[in-house]
Amino acid sequence: MKKIKHFLLFFATLLIWLALSLSIFGARESALAQKADPSSISDDQVNAIAKNLYCPVCENVPLDVCGTQACEQWRQVIRQKLAEGWNEAQIRQYFVDQYGDRVLATPPARGINWLAYVVPPLVILAGVWILVQAFRSWKRPLTASPSLPEPENLSPEVLKRIEEELKKR
Amino acid sequence: MSVQSIPEKQSQQTNPTKGLRLGPLLAWVVVIALLVILAIGLLRTQQGPVNVGQKIPDFTLTTFDGQTIKTADLRGKVIVINFWASWCKPCEQEAADLEAAWRFYQARGDVTFLGIDYVDTEPEALAYLKKFEITYPNGPDLGTRISQAFRIRGVPETYIVDQQGVLQFVQIGPFRSLSQIKSVIDPLLQP
Repeated sequence: MKKIKHFLLFFATLLIWLALSLSIFGARESALAQKADPSSISDDQVNAIAKNLYCPVCENVPLDVCGTQACEQWRQVIRQKLAEGWNEAQIRQYFVDQYGDRVLATPPARGINWLAYVVPPLVILAGVWILVQAFRSWKRPLTASPSLPEPENLSPEVLKRIEEELKKR
Repeated sequence: MSVQSIPEKQSQQTNPTKGLRLGPLLAWVVVIALLVILAIGLLRTQQGPVNVGQKIPDFTLTTFDGQTIKTADLRGKVIVINFWASWCKPCEQEAADLEAAWRFYQARGDVTFLGIDYVDTEPEALAYLKKFEITYPNGPDLGTRISQAFRIRGVPETYIVDQQGVLQFVQIGPFRSLSQIKSVIDPLLQP
């Protein structure tokens, strides 16, 4: 009798475990099925990626606000890819592969594109350096003009007068 | 302030070698280099499309059905290169005429049509080809490399190339009729 009790208990536990596993698996499957439906992807999710992409047809207009049919098709592609479980980096790479680097809001840091990252800081540094030099020169006391006669050529009387004039100030 | 200090300062300021430091020279080199890069970029953007009489930039097209076509292998044939897109309404105006022209010349074997799908999405592009029953080779302009090489300004644009790979005619905008397409291709063909 005890053995039968143990067996029933074991059987019941097994059934509960199976039921739980099936329900979890089923829920996951249904979640995946839901994810594959593009209509479940919101416009905000699409636009979060689209705002960093630019369609070459509509230059300088981010994809999230571009109203052309081409851009609408692109947003549908983003929606579809999101529904298929792609992440932002994968989608961006897909667009780069299809349409080139020009679709990106910021150029990738390679080749001549490095200039876009290196030149602005260099120009700012150069500007700061020029400003510092300018401020330093402005702070220097006024020096005598080179056109003035050499002091050693001045007579002692003139020098004395200059000294007196300076003392008065 | 002492007047005696003036000669020292003057000698400091009038040193002619001080103006020729390495820093300013380097700064000038950088500025000139940047201006040259800017000028090259501006020249490129101002170039416009490939001109009639110039050799076309050779390219490889991978069609929607996976076929690979190299224009360099098509020497000896007249090539009609049409840039289009499914979202382009004017492209629809000429689609049927282009297909009719292709069917007219196909049997001769010395004319090839290539459709370059510009900045498009594949499902819509395939639907467009199906809608207009287009049978000549068509493929996406991956990375917009072909359109950039031709420096196209929009779609549709059609480039007609002779047997030596030299551009003979450019149609900006749609062809108006089949006879217009024929009037450009026929003079290029051997009798």
